[in-house]
Amino acid sequence: MYKYSVHNHTYHFNDLKTLMAKATPFRSGDALAGLIADSYEERVAAQICLADVPLKNFLSEATIPYETDEITRLIIDTHDAVNFKYISAYTIGELRDWLLSDDAHTTLLQQLQFAFTPEMIAAVSKIMRNQDLILVAQKCEVVTRFRNTIGLKGRFAARLQPNHPTDDPKGIAASIIDGLLLGSGDAVIGINPATDNPAQAHLLLHMMNELIHKFSIPTQACVLSHITTTLDLINKDAPVDLVFQSIGGTEKTNKSFGINLSMLNEAYEASLSLQRGTVGNNVMYFETGQGSSLSANAHHGVDQQTCEARAYAVARHFKPHLVNSVVGFIGPEYLYDGKQITRAALEDHFCGKLLGLPMGVDVCYTNHAEADQDDIDNLLLLLGIAGCNFIMGVPGADDIMLNYQSTSFHDALFVRKALGLKPAPEFESWLLQQGLADDDGNMLPSLTLQKQLMEKFL
Amino acid sequence: MQSNKNISASQSIKKYTQARIALGKKGVSVPAKEMLQFKMDHAHARDAVFSLLEIDKLSKELKSFNLPVFLLKSKATDKHLYLKRPDLGRKLDENSIEQLSVLRDMQYDVCIAITDGLSATAINNHAKNILVALMPLLNKANIKIAPLCLIERGRVAIADEVSSWMNAKLSLILIGERPGLSSPDSLGAYITYNPSIGLKDERRNCVSNIRPEGLKYKEAANKIFYLIKEAFRLKLSGVELKENDTNASLNNWHI
Repeated sequence: MYKYSVHNHTYHFNDLKTLMAKATPFRSGDALAGLIADSYEERVAAQICLADVPLKNFLSEATIPYETDEITRLIIDTHDAVNFKYISAYTIGELRDWLLSDDAHTTLLQQLQFAFTPEMIAAVSKIMRNQDLILVAQKCEVVTRFRNTIGLKGRFAARLQPNHPTDDPKGIAASIIDGLLLGSGDAVIGINPATDNPAQAHLLLHMMNELIHKFSIPTQACVLSHITTTLDLINKDAPVDLVFQSIGGTEKTNKSFGINLSMLNEAYEASLSLQRGTVGNNVMYFETGQGSSLSANAHHGVDQQTCEARAYAVARHFKPHLVNSVVGFIGPEYLYDGKQITRAALEDHFCGKLLGLPMGVDVCYTNHAEADQDDIDNLLLLLGIAGCNFIMGVPGADDIMLNYQSTSFHDALFVRKALGLKPAPEFESWLLQQGLADDDGNMLPSLTLQKQLMEKFL
Repeated sequence: MQSNKNISASQSIKKYTQARIALGKKGVSVPAKEMLQFKMDHAHARDAVFSLLEIDKLSKELKSFNLPVFLLKSKATDKHLYLKRPDLGRKLDENSIEQLSVLRDMQYDVCIAITDGLSATAINNHAKNILVALMPLLNKANIKIAPLCLIERGRVAIADEVSSWMNAKLSLILIGERPGLSSPDSLGAYITYNPSIGLKDERRNCVSNIRPEGLKYKEAANKIFYLIKEAFRLKLSGVELKENDTNASLNNWHI
C-alpha cells in the first residue's frame, strides 16, 4: 500500500502498478482502460509518492506476477545484481536526479543497462519532464552493426519504407529508387507486405538482395512478415538479412501476436546462422507501440507506457539492429493528439535507450488523431536532439498501403540539415561515391545512378 | 532549376506507383505545390472524420428498398467521445434499444446496419449504391432481411447488439473506414454469422476499400453476397471462411 496526503486528503494506491498508472501523464489509452488518476491533484500526488519508492521495491513487487508471465520471468532472471549496487540505494526521485547529473555518463549508463528493469525506467520517466527525457537519452549511445553502423553520435539514419497496396515489385522498386536518391535507407530498406504471402515476400527479398549487392549499398533489407513466415523463408534459403517481429510487453500480448520467447529465440538463432552481416551481427528488427496490450485485452491493469517498457526487455534479449516505437499508428483512443504522441515518443525513446536498445521512432499519426505535419516536425526535432537512432522514410510521408502519415525522405534530410547530423558512416561514403552527396552532406541529383537503377528494376 | 532530362526521368518513375515519389526538392524541402497538395488531401481526410450522416437523404434512400427503417444512435454522444471511447460506439443508447424492442419476437436471416464509423462521407456517397447492387441478390436467394438500421457513431461491433435484438442469423454492417490521404470516402462491409455481443473480431469477414476508385459497387456486392451465402452454407464466418480474393485490409482494425 502506497499513500500520500495533500492538505487534509490522503490518497491511497493499492500496489505499485496502480501507483505507476495514476502517476502517468494523461493519455487517452489509460483513460479507456480506467487506470488514470481521477484528478490533476491525484496524478501529482501519485508522482510525488512514486518519487519516494526505493528501486529495491521494484525487484520484490512485480507489476505482473512472475508465475504467470514469461516476460516478468525474463526481467527478473536477467537482472544484473552486480551493477545494480551502483544505484540500489536510490529512490525513483533520486534516480531521476542522478540520471541528470554529470556522474551518469555514457559509459556508466551502458554498464547499467541490465541493472535497470523496465518498470524502474518507466517509473522514473513518469516523474520526468520532456527536457529531462531528452537530456538523459542524449547521454546514452546504443550502436549496432549489420552491413553498416547505426546509432553513433552525430548520425541519424532512416528506414526506407517503400510500401505498396498490392506489393507490386515495380511499384516498390520505384519508391526504393526515389528514397535512395534522397539519401534514405541506411537503417534498413524495410517493406511492410500488404498480405502475409510467403511467395511474394520471397520475391521482394530477392529483389532487394540484388539491389544491395549489384549496387554495393552498405545496408540491409527486411520484409516485415510474421516471424513464422520469415523462418519458413530462411529454411527455403531466401536471402533474409533482418528478422522482423512486432512485440508487446506481456506474455498475453505476444500470444495475440502469435509469438512467444521461444519462437523469437528460434528465429534469432536461425538468422544468426546465416552470417549475412559484414560489419556486425545484430540481426533482429522489432516494432512496438504503447497501447498494444490494451488493444489485445492483455494489460493486467498495468498502464500502457509500462507495458511498452516491458516490451523492451523482450527486445534487448535478442540484441536487435533496430527497434522502433510506431508511436502514433495505434490511433486516438490510445494517444489522442500531438501532445500525447510527442510525450509518448520521448518516453519510449528514453526508456528504450536506457535499457540498451537501438531506438528509432516512427513519428506518425492517423487521420482520426488530432495531429498534423507540424506536430511531426516538432517531434522530429526533439528526437533528433535526443539522439534517436533512426526514423522512417516514406515517400512524401504518405504510406499508401498502411494509410497513415509518417515521415518522409525529405524529413530525414531536414533533421540532418537542421541539426548537423549525418547518415550512417558506410552509407555516407556510398552516397559520396555515387555522387549523390557532396562533402557538406548536400544531396545532389545523380542521373547516371537513377538511370542504372531504373533499367535494372523497372 | 531541374533540367528537362531530370524532369522526364522523374515523370517516368511516377507511373509505377501512387506513392508520392519524384516530388523534387527545394534545398532539402518539398516544393510548395506538393506540400500544399498534401495539406489538401489531409484536409479531406479530416473533414471526412468529422462529417455527419445525411439522415434525411439516407432514410429516404433506404425506404426505397421497401423495408422498415430504424434511426438509431450509439452511446457515444459526439464525435470526439466516439474517437476516444470505442467501447461506447459498440453499444446502442437507451432510446435505440427501446425502438428495437418491438422486434423481440421476430426472426430474420440477415440484419443490415449502416453506420458512419470514421467517415460519414463514405456512407453518404456509397451506401445506397451498394444496396442497390446487393438487395436483388439477397431477394433472389429468398433471404429474409430485417428492418434496415441507420446508426449514428457506431463501431463494427454495434451490429452484434442490433442483430441480437432482431434475432438475425447473420449481420452485415456497412461502415465508413478510417480515411487515408487518397481515400476519404472508403466504405467497409463486415459480415458476422451468428452474431452475439462480445464476440471476437476473428469471427468476422471484411470487404474493404469499397468506392468507385477502389472496389466498385457491383464487385463489392458480389463479394458480400458470396460471403453471406458461404457463411450460411458453412454456418460460420471469420478466419475459417476464406474468400480467395478478399483482402481484409490490415489497417481497418481501428474501426
